[in-house]
Amino acid sequence: MSKENWFLTILVLLLAFLPLTESRFYVFLGTDILIMGLFAVSLNLLLGYTGLVSFGQAAYFGIGAYTCALLMKKASVAFPLAFVAAAVFGAIAAMIIGFFCIRLTKIYFAMLTLAFSQIVWAIAFKWNSLTGGDTGLIGVNFPAHLDSPIRFFYFTLAVVALSFYVLRKLVNSPFGRILTTIRENPERTEFIGINVKLFQLIAFMISGFFAAIAGALFGIFNHSIFPDFIFWPQSAEVLIMSLLGGIYNFFGPVVGAAVLLYLRMQVTSFTQYWPLILGTILALLLFFFPGGIVGFLKSRQVFTRKNKCS
Amino acid sequence: MSLPDPSFLVIQCLSGLTYAMFLFLIASGLSLIFGILRVLNFAHGSLYMLGAYLTYYFVSQFVNAPGQFWWAVIFASLSVAIIGGIIERFLLSRLYIREELNQLLFTYALVLILSDFAKIVWGTGQLSVSRPAILKGAVPILGQYFPEYNIFIIILGPAIALLFWLILHRTRWGRFIRAAALDREMLGSLGVNVNRLFTLVFAIGAWLAGLGGALVSPIVAIVPGMDVEIIINAFIVVVVGGLGSFWGTLLGALILGQVTSFGILVLPRLSMVFIYVLMAVVLILRPWGLLGKPLQR
Amino acid sequence: MTVEKVKKSFDGFVAVNGVSLSVKKGEICSIIGPNGAGKTTLFNLITGHLPVDEGKLIFKGLDITRMPSYRICRLGMGRSFQRTNIFPRLTVFQNIQAAILAHRGQSFNFFKPVEPFFQEETQAILERVGLKDQAEKVSGSLSYGFQKQLELGIALASEPELLLLDEPTAGMSAQETHHTIDLIGRITREKGLTLLFTEHDMGVVFSISERIMVLHQGRLIAEGSPNEVRNNPDVKKVYLGETR
Repeated sequence: MSKENWFLTILVLLLAFLPLTESRFYVFLGTDILIMGLFAVSLNLLLGYTGLVSFGQAAYFGIGAYTCALLMKKASVAFPLAFVAAAVFGAIAAMIIGFFCIRLTKIYFAMLTLAFSQIVWAIAFKWNSLTGGDTGLIGVNFPAHLDSPIRFFYFTLAVVALSFYVLRKLVNSPFGRILTTIRENPERTEFIGINVKLFQLIAFMISGFFAAIAGALFGIFNHSIFPDFIFWPQSAEVLIMSLLGGIYNFFGPVVGAAVLLYLRMQVTSFTQYWPLILGTILALLLFFFPGGIVGFLKSRQVFTRKNKCS
Repeated sequence: MSLPDPSFLVIQCLSGLTYAMFLFLIASGLSLIFGILRVLNFAHGSLYMLGAYLTYYFVSQFVNAPGQFWWAVIFASLSVAIIGGIIERFLLSRLYIREELNQLLFTYALVLILSDFAKIVWGTGQLSVSRPAILKGAVPILGQYFPEYNIFIIILGPAIALLFWLILHRTRWGRFIRAAALDREMLGSLGVNVNRLFTLVFAIGAWLAGLGGALVSPIVAIVPGMDVEIIINAFIVVVVGGLGSFWGTLLGALILGQVTSFGILVLPRLSMVFIYVLMAVVLILRPWGLLGKPLQR
Repeated sequence: MTVEKVKKSFDGFVAVNGVSLSVKKGEICSIIGPNGAGKTTLFNLITGHLPVDEGKLIFKGLDITRMPSYRICRLGMGRSFQRTNIFPRLTVFQNIQAAILAHRGQSFNFFKPVEPFFQEETQAILERVGLKDQAEKVSGSLSYGFQKQLELGIALASEPELLLLDEPTAGMSAQETHHTIDLIGRITREKGLTLLFTEHDMGVVFSISERIMVLHQGRLIAEGSPNEVRNNPDVKKVYLGETR
């Protein structure tokens, strides 16, 4: 089994035993990390694998959260159906938004993803009757059969592990390889016979799908949903998570999410100036650790055959 | 349905113009930095915020001095310019050899850092600066009153625009700046110190943002969060007008100023959505903005 | 492939001014001309990287004027670029393999692991272009000469019928040039390719071209066999200044 598969298996096993620590704190943190880890990995499909810098992934996260919760609360839809609907909705939104965004490149692409994300945010903010507006959607309960933090943790673990499995298969497939060629050189990829725009759109949709899953999970985990989930600093934070872990590695973003969430938890317990710390981390990362944590660790190892890191 | 009071319309229009001038000051700095350095400076709103806070600081330092407000504005905006220059020279420039995303993210890191810095130094409460003595009054227009200070801003905006246009088109350094926007390597091989030029350009951009913040301090509440609020609107201005286009920025600012001013009255619930839709529509149909140059392949 | 009265301007500067030419199947043709004559622009127009302002482009009987690049490639056109255009963070092997994946319609394969695909075919091409020993190296770290060979390999991986090479020996030493041209010549004859290339090195041009076309300031000023072109007074004027 490859190194990454070992990592995944060990991770799943470790986490499976987490609730035995009888610590509500660790179960809480574990669920949080799993969800944000999935979100970050979904973003990294675009960032690290396809080379698309999107500043608007929080939109799909929010859409997933709102869709699942609203369907359950207002339309009394059963959780499994609401959950799947949320993911599909995220993918559709990504398809529509992505269709317009991929026609642009680089900075204009980034700005349009930001613009669309802000539109979604503004709708969530203003559509009081549907989303509860600024005060948010509260009272989102655990669904039936999953009505305890521990049960929900196991559910999250299962969903996230399965998602990682699917995504890994995807990035290691011929499709995934073509995505990396698009990242490396879109012009050249065009001239090996690939409809680059189509591939970028598919990547966009897959990313939106999994971001929405993460959002749906988070909405329930958090028992409330606010437009803040969609506001652009949220997109920036998940971007930083990916970078912190290392974007040229599948599990890098998960590492980044874990480190960032843990740090945030520790820092906010004794100071309110978390943005200052986050900004400093980001700056240090940019100047001294461009490959992120995983990139840094890899560069310390014996030169591996498929060394793709900077 | 009765027609709205014409004097009311005029006042709204003037309010929109006032806001447009502030947007223009900040957005022109943003556009300048993007046009020359190819960096989209997320931290531009933070520099604006610093300008406002520093004006508060200097006003409190120059208590009872004649013309304290104006001195404060000068000191505050120059301080921001110097801070900008230092940031570019010692930090940002080290990231030029990397991909553009790194520079963008660094400016975002600055947003986080500066925002908390302001909170640490000045707290989270609202601060205010009083209007300068000579502009404390209001002018009657069609039966309503409009602040003199705002009129001053409306006049100052185009004056600064004109000043900049003159500098860019009639001075030696202005020509270098315009050349750098087109081909910086060529400029370097002509013997111009491009590094120093970049620092200068960033400092000027920062000065404009700081000036905007300084001048806005008597009109708005100085709070943390003013950086985030203005930067999004500055982005919209610059996208609609055209990244790197001087007149485009002015046009974009005028448009956004009026949209914000009237939008809140006409369709309050949709006005927030509308400005983002405007940004998206421009990017989709005409990404180079109203007055920018068409993108090349 | 036929180019009919194709025109292209940039901001008022006319780069290609009503050029018409045609290349028959199996021919080896070259386009020469001083710098700025419009050779690369013409290539970009043919391969669909740039849209034409006026004129038509026909390939294998089909009108490709408005076709997107990737479709033109799938029709059977391959290209190498003037500045090396590879996938820097991938290994040499992965570069070629990706091109084969695309060509053989495997690009929508979502679930099988990618490593074992087309091992033999990839190795074959690597051998052809002399990169067998470099297979596991990260392509961005290769020397310029090797990157150029990789360029050629990627173009060949799409099994093109018409191969467009933009200055394939640019920046190479005399020995490398000779080696590369030899290689190109052999591959072309073996696979029955049609070859159209641009070059500055006249030795190369005259050694393997069957037909030469001369471009100057966006216009086609001469066309013919190597001897005809060599003795053409217009061509001499353009290259050497006034002739006696």
